[in-house]
Amino acid sequence: MADAAETKPLSFQDMILTLHNYWSARGCAILQPYDMRVGAGTFHPATTLRSLGPVPWNVAYVQPSRRPTDGRYGENPNRLQHYYQYQVILKPSPADLQEQYLGSLAAIGIDPLLHDIRFVEDDWESPTLGAWGLGWEVWCDGMEVTQFTYFQQMGGFDCKPVAGELTYGLERLAMYIQNVDNVYDLRFSDAVGDVAAVSYGDVFLENERQFSKWNFEVADTDTLFAGFKAAEAECQRAIAANVPLAAYDQAIEASHLFNLLQARGVISVQERANYMARVRDLAKGSCKAWIDSQSERWTEKYPGWTL
Amino acid sequence: MTDFLLELRSEEIPARMQAGARAELEKLFRAQLSAAGLEAGDLTIWSTPRRLALIAKGLPEATAAVSEELKGPRSSAPPQALEGFLRKTGLTQDQLEDRDGVWFAVIDKPGRPTSHVLTDTIAHIVRHMPWPKSMRWGKESASSESARWVRPLSGIVAIFGEELVPCKIAGVEAGFATRGHRFHCPGEITIGSASDYAEKLRACHVIVDHEERQAIIRDGAAKAAADAGLSLVEDEGLVIENAGLTEWPVPLLGRFDEAFLEVPPEVIQLTARVNQKYFVVNGADGKLANGFVCTANIDARDGGAEIVAGNRKVLAARLSDARFFWEQDQKKALAQHAEKLANITFHEKLGTVADKVERVAKLAEWLASEGIVPNCDPALARQAAELAKADLVTEMVGEFPELQGLMGGYYARAEGLPDAVADAIRDHYKPVGQGDDVPTAPVTVAVALADKLDTLFGFFREDMFPTGSKDPFALRRAGISSLRLILQNGLKLSTDAAATQWLGQSDPTARLSEKEIADRKILTTIPDFLTERLAVQLRETGVSADVVQASREWNSRDDTRLDRTETRARDLQAFLATEDGTNLLAGYKRAANILKQAGEVSGNGAATPPTDADAALLAALDTAEPAASAAVAEERFTDAMAALASLRAPIDAFFDGVMVNDPDEAVRAYRLGLLARFTGAVHGVADFSKIEG
Repeated sequence: MADAAETKPLSFQDMILTLHNYWSARGCAILQPYDMRVGAGTFHPATTLRSLGPVPWNVAYVQPSRRPTDGRYGENPNRLQHYYQYQVILKPSPADLQEQYLGSLAAIGIDPLLHDIRFVEDDWESPTLGAWGLGWEVWCDGMEVTQFTYFQQMGGFDCKPVAGELTYGLERLAMYIQNVDNVYDLRFSDAVGDVAAVSYGDVFLENERQFSKWNFEVADTDTLFAGFKAAEAECQRAIAANVPLAAYDQAIEASHLFNLLQARGVISVQERANYMARVRDLAKGSCKAWIDSQSERWTEKYPGWTL
Repeated sequence: MTDFLLELRSEEIPARMQAGARAELEKLFRAQLSAAGLEAGDLTIWSTPRRLALIAKGLPEATAAVSEELKGPRSSAPPQALEGFLRKTGLTQDQLEDRDGVWFAVIDKPGRPTSHVLTDTIAHIVRHMPWPKSMRWGKESASSESARWVRPLSGIVAIFGEELVPCKIAGVEAGFATRGHRFHCPGEITIGSASDYAEKLRACHVIVDHEERQAIIRDGAAKAAADAGLSLVEDEGLVIENAGLTEWPVPLLGRFDEAFLEVPPEVIQLTARVNQKYFVVNGADGKLANGFVCTANIDARDGGAEIVAGNRKVLAARLSDARFFWEQDQKKALAQHAEKLANITFHEKLGTVADKVERVAKLAEWLASEGIVPNCDPALARQAAELAKADLVTEMVGEFPELQGLMGGYYARAEGLPDAVADAIRDHYKPVGQGDDVPTAPVTVAVALADKLDTLFGFFREDMFPTGSKDPFALRRAGISSLRLILQNGLKLSTDAAATQWLGQSDPTARLSEKEIADRKILTTIPDFLTERLAVQLRETGVSADVVQASREWNSRDDTRLDRTETRARDLQAFLATEDGTNLLAGYKRAANILKQAGEVSGNGAATPPTDADAALLAALDTAEPAASAAVAEERFTDAMAALASLRAPIDAFFDGVMVNDPDEAVRAYRLGLLARFTGAVHGVADFSKIEG
């Protein structure tokens, strides 16, 4: 019989810390989440903008992600309007990216001779970022635990060189490792001395209830529409003023406001495509402005590099 | 003679692309060798998720030496021409041959080592493999010139005999080393030659032959089910897909909570298959049981217990979603769901789905009340049509669009609607393809036909016809499905009447607006389109196009009853195959010719038959003509043709016994009159002038 303490699966936060240590040891800068509301870790400028251009870039970070339409008032064991993604960007994509990734699974306690790990085709596309890549969803015993992508384009521009992107669904992975069926039952932290353990539900259940209500029922749609327009205008002003990082913030803002409007159910099917195109224009414009602002430095440092 | 092994190892190739990749690999290899003058001979091509392999047996060591002959300028030509020829061939003048005043260059090309050809071939294959989607990767991708592959290319093994075929592509250098199973044997393994490749891989937990893996999955899944007293629901698509996802397939049986079986079996099967790539199983009663078979890619240390437990959990989450949809959808009646159809655009020019539903309901009700679909209650037809599209806005169909119709049928039954209505909702998309069953239940037929006709009428009214290979709204399929519904159910439907009804009954005394006049074009475009489809269908069953042409007129205009055109064409084709038919056709042609040459007939004919042969034909016509036309009026075409057949002997005797162009004008006119009556009688049955031969 193995020692129970030794085989106890990682808490949610220990899983994050383990991944941080793992990727830090492989040369990644460990960044912090971007301080804006985004739908996925890919929106972090450390992915979107930094995947453009020739400069090598290796980072890992946790990104809280908001998907207003996925809210279930805290009543669904799997679905959340706010959750965490663990994001790793390695540019250029190393030849052993798959092996490095599998090593990270082993580090958090998944034994590949006990569990069936599979790379199943799943091409990634983000219409709002004008981005696409090829890769897989990684399955562990039939469950998707990671999106694994080789970026080919971002903001409509070729990625040269290509970056490898790993996006771990932290709650799913943790539920798997801890063998719980309800996300709110996850052990967020362990008890230490007199201090009790904290569950995922302790931290987030009330948030899910209140934000689901706000997203679906309360948020003032006039304010959201006005906010979308304002962000759109400000993005264009920032592009014109050649401050692409600030412009990109506004693109992110517009994207999130669009998601909220969708959750409020006030965007018709026909309008939807139109709004997505407007967000895409902002994201593409910001990417282009970023390239324009950097390309002189890039070609100087990386002779031969072209767009 | 030497064997060649090529392995192109990469990160996981999508399962759906592997069969295509094998075929393209073979094609490229053969083409490249053949261009170099080598015959590729017997090839074995294998694939796993992580490798494409090719073994060519018995290649020669070198290409054959060839002697190439080039014709140059005439020896009398200006010196510039000769200089140009020498430059082109790289020869000097004394190496040329003068043959009858023309310079010839004979260039001997020595054989090329096959190994060199193979080096070039590998590079060519990697550059030109037509993957459905390909990508760049790694450091090399900083350059626009970098190679593309389906996923990063990670290794090349290229061995000719026991020698390495040197090559370097996309930063990958060919060698003897490959890798075994990702988890069982992650280290390098060295391949000696084509002959030990498959066995060395097998020792490292890789079954490189995809067909062998398919067999393991097919048999293993069946056995796993049988061992538990269950029977596998066979699914060759899943066998192939799972073989494309594994290098060491291990089928494992799992169970799910029996309570999920309250969800329709099609939903469970689809959830398991599409989302998880699992097989489903039936119990002893032949009904879906609470089991599944997943295919692992490892021999797990615990025999697969953890894997089964994990997969079971994922499936349970999926089935909970499905059951949630199933329950959620039933909280509203289909009629309430249908209200949402007003928010869905069917086509910008044809309004919302709700608009379509109302048009279909009207048409279905009309098909029933006119008795065109016999024994069909118009109220039920309307009700079924009004609810037929409601499931499009349910959660379940949103998740699994392929369940449209089927779910509506389930929900209708659960709601307690009449079976005829539920069946019609379920089956109204039928027949979907050529092999699909054609509905026969009256309410289903009415709704299915009305739905398809509405689509045709609508798009044709807006001038959106299928052209060439472009048919974005699948109108040809709608046409063929309509035809099959009409013909197999023997519906006496006039497309004219249906189109008029669909356009709306306008006040016969009012003047039509320009738009209404324009819309009426479907009264001709629809029958034309459907008759064309009919001709195509009939041709496949041995009725020739000219016979269809001969059968498509009714009361001096295009017959809009497709069932009648079909029956007549089939009967006519059969009649023409008989001796009577052939001879009657010959007699008809002769008569028509004479009439054509005679032109306008002037003067009155004789009052009485000039000879016995004339009298015999007259008598025969007097009997046959009314018999044929009576039979035609009742659409008994075989009888009508039998009546015509009675004219065969008298017309033959007539041509044998008399001269039509008699010098006596009155006799001639009389006889031309008889022939005109004869051809007229034939035309009453079918337009024989359209028949060839």
